Amino acid sequence: MKLDAKIPSGPIEEAWSKACFDMKLVNPANKRKHSIIVVGSGLAGGSAAASLGELGYNVKCFCFQDTPRRAHSIAAQGGINAAKNYPNDGESVFRLFYDTVKGGDFRAREANVYRLAQNSTKIIDQCVAQGVPFAREYGGSLANRSFGGAQVSRTFYARGQTGQQLLLGAYQALERQIRAGTVKMIAKTEMLDLIVIDGQARGIVTRHLVTGKYSIHIADAVILATGGYGNVFYLSTNAKGSNASAIWRAHKRGALFANPCFTQIHPTCIPVSGDYQSKLTLMSESLRNDGRIWVPKKKGDARPPNQIPEDERDYYLERRYPSFGNLVPRDVASRNAKTLCDEGYGVGKSGLGVYLDFSESINRLGEKVIRERYGNLFDMYQRITDEDPYKVPMRIFPAVHYVMGGLWVDYELQSTIPGLFVLGEANFSDHGANRLGASALMQGLSDGYFIIPNTIGNYLATHKFAKVEDSHPAVQQAVTEVKSRIDTLLSIKGKRTVDSFHRELGKILWDYCGMARTAEGLTLAIQKIRTLREEYWKNVTVPGSGDDLNESLEKAGRVADFFELAELMCIDALHRNESCGGHFREEYQTPDGEAQRDDEHFSYVAAWGYTGPGAAPELTKEPLEFHYVHPSQRSYK
Amino acid sequence: MKVTLKIWRQKNSSDKGQFVKYPVDNVDAEMSILECLDVLNESLILRGEIPVAFEHDCREGICGSCGFVINGIPHGPERATTACQLTMRHFKDGEEITLEPWRAKAFPPVKDLVVNRRALDHIIEAGGYISVATGQAPEANGIPVGKVIADQSMDAAACIGCGACVAACPNAAAALFTGAKITHLGVLPQGEPERDRRALAMVAQMNVEGFGNCGNIGECSAACPKEISLDVIARMNQDYLCGSIKRRDDLPTPISPDLAEA
Repeated sequence: MKLDAKIPSGPIEEAWSKACFDMKLVNPANKRKHSIIVVGSGLAGGSAAASLGELGYNVKCFCFQDTPRRAHSIAAQGGINAAKNYPNDGESVFRLFYDTVKGGDFRAREANVYRLAQNSTKIIDQCVAQGVPFAREYGGSLANRSFGGAQVSRTFYARGQTGQQLLLGAYQALERQIRAGTVKMIAKTEMLDLIVIDGQARGIVTRHLVTGKYSIHIADAVILATGGYGNVFYLSTNAKGSNASAIWRAHKRGALFANPCFTQIHPTCIPVSGDYQSKLTLMSESLRNDGRIWVPKKKGDARPPNQIPEDERDYYLERRYPSFGNLVPRDVASRNAKTLCDEGYGVGKSGLGVYLDFSESINRLGEKVIRERYGNLFDMYQRITDEDPYKVPMRIFPAVHYVMGGLWVDYELQSTIPGLFVLGEANFSDHGANRLGASALMQGLSDGYFIIPNTIGNYLATHKFAKVEDSHPAVQQAVTEVKSRIDTLLSIKGKRTVDSFHRELGKILWDYCGMARTAEGLTLAIQKIRTLREEYWKNVTVPGSGDDLNESLEKAGRVADFFELAELMCIDALHRNESCGGHFREEYQTPDGEAQRDDEHFSYVAAWGYTGPGAAPELTKEPLEFHYVHPSQRSYK
Repeated sequence: MKVTLKIWRQKNSSDKGQFVKYPVDNVDAEMSILECLDVLNESLILRGEIPVAFEHDCREGICGSCGFVINGIPHGPERATTACQLTMRHFKDGEEITLEPWRAKAFPPVKDLVVNRRALDHIIEAGGYISVATGQAPEANGIPVGKVIADQSMDAAACIGCGACVAACPNAAAALFTGAKITHLGVLPQGEPERDRRALAMVAQMNVEGFGNCGNIGECSAACPKEISLDVIARMNQDYLCGSIKRRDDLPTPISPDLAEA
């Protein structure tokens, strides 16, 4: 297969407007005749469904939660980047583009990233007009702050709840369209398969999570905006329901999966406290603006932090990276914390933690200022740990947070299946091998508000859509497969719960495909995953029936998909014989322990095709070309 | 520590329902009450019983999915804390903890601790937005918004739509929820043009959904995990009154609350 990314020719500054002009349009009167399915109601899906509804398309939007406002975008804390340059500190579209390409360690597509930077300013305008209560200065103008990995203050924020406020903006726009009748919202419903007819994506098969009823939904195009698959690790900062099933089913129907191993491990999360732990809680990266990260200079130092004198503390990020200090990108910060904990410098009961200390900022700025900036985060930390971060340094440790990998899409956000578009974290996107802080919200909204409303029109205007009956063999086959899978899961009646398998799978991935990877470890992981998967299909137990609300059954289907995805992640990590961004292969590092890229051999997007159960996936490469940002060894020293 | 969970079990909306007691051993003080339910559910599954259904998702207090009444208080005894962040250290060893769903006419039961909260979406649908289509926005700094106003708006916008306010209210009113959205948007200059209409439409929808009337008791605000202030109800009433005096005749009619679930 040959991948055509459809990147417009000519100068990058004009690429998007040129592409928009070249795209075919759908006549306003014809828009309502086109039906579009949007799966997911987060920043990408919610903004897309609302915007397409406003244009007059006939939209159906699906979410598995009880209301679209619960999508996990809501949990994003820190902020959203935009090249507004309000602080007059040297920001520009080009700089945001440059930083994002570099931050992604030169594994993202230049033209996409440039467009993202261009759209960033419009996103802020749109959200302010919707009533998103961004932080303001006393004079009434919008406030900005700097955020992990950036030397300019380009981040807009709404306290520590930026994702919530942006999502509510999109949700409210969506509710408005629901009332207007352009969007039909279908909640508590999970997509279980994609319907592909004559090579085009034409619908989905769903299961209603309360009634257990299966439904067929046919449309002219399908948009997946179902978020990331970080929960494959079991423990992550993702919501418990976040899953990969929609994109994995699409993958099995022919959509290529790009860079599956590119995972972001976030440096500032509350450390694990016990085996019962169900998820990990993020402490916003914005805390690194005013918090200093350190460990004791002495291994295994058990003294309480306030009894460790200043000269016996190692502010290791400030020491190793004097120009970026505590604000180095996430992958760098995480890896350093892991290395020090592995060497025995970690703090807390488990030894898997480092200090994030606000005492210096509190002395300098006063507790009131710190409370204003991070009050809700400090409260959350205290609720969970029973420690007061105004008095005692926080303990933090890296945790799985985001995936840069996802379904391959071209410049129009279309997957390798015509008519299947993928937005937000679900696509392999614009973040290369590492995402910078405050970029995910930007990408989700750029995709949903500003890109898909243009590109989907081009697809609809240039294709024909024969009527599809529910009795069509392809439809019936999809339904039969979905039902038989669920019946199988219910009938195994083994001895282990879904969660126990999921935990074990997550541990394998964390150990071998987490912050540091080796060829040997990955090969072993693939074996372990296969063995565990075999046991899963023989020994899992799912209580109850498929006719009512049955969370175990929902999880069972998702974990079955995670098994297959986990193997692909390891295969991808094993094939990429280099280190880049969050993908750190221990065999490939610079003398001072930084990621060592191999541009000669690996400057490409690895897009994997499904070839059948148990068969080796097929690799297709999309070469990456850099005309504007010259690949160099990333340095944050 | 060990606790006994006394949980409301109800198979579905037509089942009568009852309390069932479950002892749970190996409870760690650091666990959240949802994790305590996870532990119970794992053991129920292995014993061949049906696990307890409860809603949850982000487990960091922001999505608004979780919530049930814990020992008589929505989200439990800790102020400003959702159930997912309520750790077991707030309970005594050996304590019996009662868990029951939100009880309100507008929230029909689904199963065990799960109720249907779509009525809250309908209230937003009626007018909880600023009508600006994608692409229509002016430059973001074009309209200054003073910090005090922005903060007031943000305080109200922090609502997570969990429904605890309704569960806490003796009248099962949704005044705090509705007032929060009316305040969030109404204090901003961007929300001013639709302020009257928004209040009238949202209140009308709130009424047809079967929520009770506000009696100014204040339980809602006390139970709110985001500590939304009662002021938002005063503002709702003010906007509703002002809007009524102006007698708008272009109001949308409230939608039927019993729209079938798809």
